[in-house]
Amino acid sequence: MLIWLSESEFATLQSVCDRMVPKSDATPGAVQSGAPEYIDTLLGAFSFDPPRIWAGGPSSGRAGGVAAFKNFHSLTAMDELAWRTRIEGSQGIPEREFNGPVIGLQQAYRDGLAALGSDFDALTPEEQSERLHATPDFAEMVFTHVCEGMYGAPEYGGNRETRAWAAIGFAGDVQPRGWTDQEVSAP
Amino acid sequence: MSVDAVIIGSGPGGSTAADVLTQAGWNVVIIEKGRNHLLDPKDLSKPASDFSNDEVKFMDRYFLGPDPFLEPRTFRVSVEEGDRSHVGEVNSIPSTVGGGGTHADGKTPRFREVDFAMLSEFGPQPDAQMADWPLSYDDLEPWYAHVENAIGVAGTEGANPFAAPRSGPFPMPSGAPMYASTISSAAAEKLGFHPYAAPTAANSVPYGGRPACNNCGFCAFLGCPIHAKGDPVALLTRTMATGRAELWSETYVSRIRTQGRQATGVDYIGPDGVERSMDAKHVIVAGGAFETPRLLLLSGIGNELVGRNLMCHYQSIIVGMMPFDVHGDRGRAVTHVHDDAMIPDKRSIQAAKDAGLPWIRGGLVEHSGGGMPAREAKIYPWGANHGELMKNSPMRRHLFAFIMQGEDLPYATNTVDLDPHIKDVRGFPVARITYRPGRHELVASQHYGPQLEEILLEMGATWTTKTSSPGTSYNGPHATPVPESRHIIGTARMGVDPATSVVDEWGRVHGLDNVIVADSSVFPTSAGYGPTLTLVALSARAAGHLAGVTPASLS
Ligand SMILES: Cc1cc2nc3c(=O)[nH]c(=O)nc-3n(C[C@H](O)[C@H](O)[C@H](O)COP(=O)(O)OP(=O)(O)OC[C@H]3O[C@@H](n4cnc5c(N)ncnc54)[C@H](O)[C@@H]3O)c2cc1C
Ligand code: SF4
Repeated sequence: MLIWLSESEFATLQSVCDRMVPKSDATPGAVQSGAPEYIDTLLGAFSFDPPRIWAGGPSSGRAGGVAAFKNFHSLTAMDELAWRTRIEGSQGIPEREFNGPVIGLQQAYRDGLAALGSDFDALTPEEQSERLHATPDFAEMVFTHVCEGMYGAPEYGGNRETRAWAAIGFAGDVQPRGWTDQEVSAP
Repeated sequence: MSVDAVIIGSGPGGSTAADVLTQAGWNVVIIEKGRNHLLDPKDLSKPASDFSNDEVKFMDRYFLGPDPFLEPRTFRVSVEEGDRSHVGEVNSIPSTVGGGGTHADGKTPRFREVDFAMLSEFGPQPDAQMADWPLSYDDLEPWYAHVENAIGVAGTEGANPFAAPRSGPFPMPSGAPMYASTISSAAAEKLGFHPYAAPTAANSVPYGGRPACNNCGFCAFLGCPIHAKGDPVALLTRTMATGRAELWSETYVSRIRTQGRQATGVDYIGPDGVERSMDAKHVIVAGGAFETPRLLLLSGIGNELVGRNLMCHYQSIIVGMMPFDVHGDRGRAVTHVHDDAMIPDKRSIQAAKDAGLPWIRGGLVEHSGGGMPAREAKIYPWGANHGELMKNSPMRRHLFAFIMQGEDLPYATNTVDLDPHIKDVRGFPVARITYRPGRHELVASQHYGPQLEEILLEMGATWTTKTSSPGTSYNGPHATPVPESRHIIGTARMGVDPATSVVDEWGRVHGLDNVIVADSSVFPTSAGYGPTLTLVALSARAAGHLAGVTPASLS
């Protein structure tokens, strides 16, 4: 279920993610790993209570211990000001504009996806790449989030079933099990 | 209300002062602008469980602050660039209860005797404000020993042949060496270097009621989920257990109030946004070497040297591609280091001569490899090969790096001052950093870089490359002029003469009886070692002097 993006925006985002990190024989792509869902969750972080900004601690349960990542931290008024401004933009609200107006991620995504054109999904991979290279700031922002969405903890909405970690042989969060001294020092 | 001391900042410097003063029976209030994720809110004498192996939370979402939207800094290389060339993050150390101690990986070497007497022992350098410290290694040694025991430093006595003498053993043995560091150390030794297990404030055995490090691998830049890192959680928990301390988090000190030679207290803004005042008999400033001069300037305290002589440690980053998996995701971030680049030899003397400099020194060389996957993913270009690159993982699994924390010299033109236009969320001018490395730093980096490449080749590297931070020494991915060393030093230097220093040997601001600076702002020179153990020892010494206690009377 989508959180903030519209169906058509999400479809375009999926095409963008697929272009950036396509599936290969050895690894899942950004779409299979849930990177678009990570981005949608970030854009809609304030649809949740507490907002999906900071996962809890000290462990996820994947390596023993309590499954506490899912208990997101509550935000203070100051945290909320920062993250609402970052996501929603300053929108002329004086307390968000103490150093000038801020364009939020929501607008950056809405405008960026629209600028790719309504025919983006139907283009060839080469044509899609060309359009993305023509909007380098947007492409860089999406790619940054794709990387976080693929390789961050799944509680943020991406890294579906920790597939991306498994594909690259990364153990993920390991507390409280950790690694033995032998595992640290041996090849 | 009036207390014996108000302590501004709860990082390693402020926490140490709080620990010594409360043990001496003083009542203190610690004011911290960041949020509390370190101590259990229900019982501040116990650690919290907010930290986790979570790359997104710590690396991408400013969990430990400062959030660059709320509290930006500004940067320029020199005044010729105008008011600023960059707004946002500048070498951010966490703004949170525990300060940078929460996510530093905690290598805690002591300085050596010579580091306290650089002007006498090495002599002047063009354009640099070289100075001796107003105290010697011997003066600080008992306090080094005290704080090593208090925070719990793991180390191996005699491992570093260049180390200064110690009055006692490390409180615990070194932790497990990382695999690739055993190989880099063997290669370095073969070429005549002297690598050793880095003294580190992370428990190798249960210590101080905290468990041994379990090598989780999410160490530098992240909080320790099991609190094996001791600085400053060990100090803060026992401070709070005395019942003589209050901790006010999310509270910003906006001004130190003074009357004649006395500070009377501070103005502060709490979480409710309301500005209030409190009285205090003493004011201890431990905001870190960016925020301390900012607060002194906002308060109109100190002479015209406040904010000058900023040093950051010039980082030379020499990397090699290894034919084996360095598996740097297991263990602490760095387990081995070597000091050789700080010890002059024939080659460095010749290199200095060739460059027309009186001498050069490098800095501590950290042996390190590995990293976290989202960081790695961002480095590769997007496109069809991305997944394959991540699987083969040349960066995370095969790159090994030497990072030399090169000694920065003090230049009066490298400064922290108040930005004329950019404000923080509370409406106060932010710190503006003006910083450019000098010739000495660049020459030292160029000299030592190739030596480190030789070690990488000896390890079996298939290729090597060099970069630096700031990106002035070698062309490479770190092309930004904003320094990234996280070692911030020197902006309220200590000395005997008020004409050439800001504070005296006890951290006391010249001209004021009761304002003490207790962080690395006070260092006159930067050595090439991480500053934390030394700033912590200085803070303990200053607080001990204030309260009339010695290490022998403290636990
Ligand atoms: C990833 C990383 C690794 C590191 N590794 C090492 C290492 O191996 N060895 C080493 O020696 N050093 C290391 N460091 C550096 C180390 O973190 C710092 O030297 C240390 O934290 C400095 O301690 P401090 O108490 O002086 O200042 P800080 O830790 O910066 O603490 C200052 C505190 O004061 C608060 N504050 C500032 N101004 C105000 C105000 N006006 N009102 C209220 N509160 C205020 C801040 O919010 C902050 O919490 C590392 C740093 C990082 C980021
Ligand atoms: S490696 Fe050790 S000290 Fe570092 S965060 Fe993990 S458990 Fe803590």
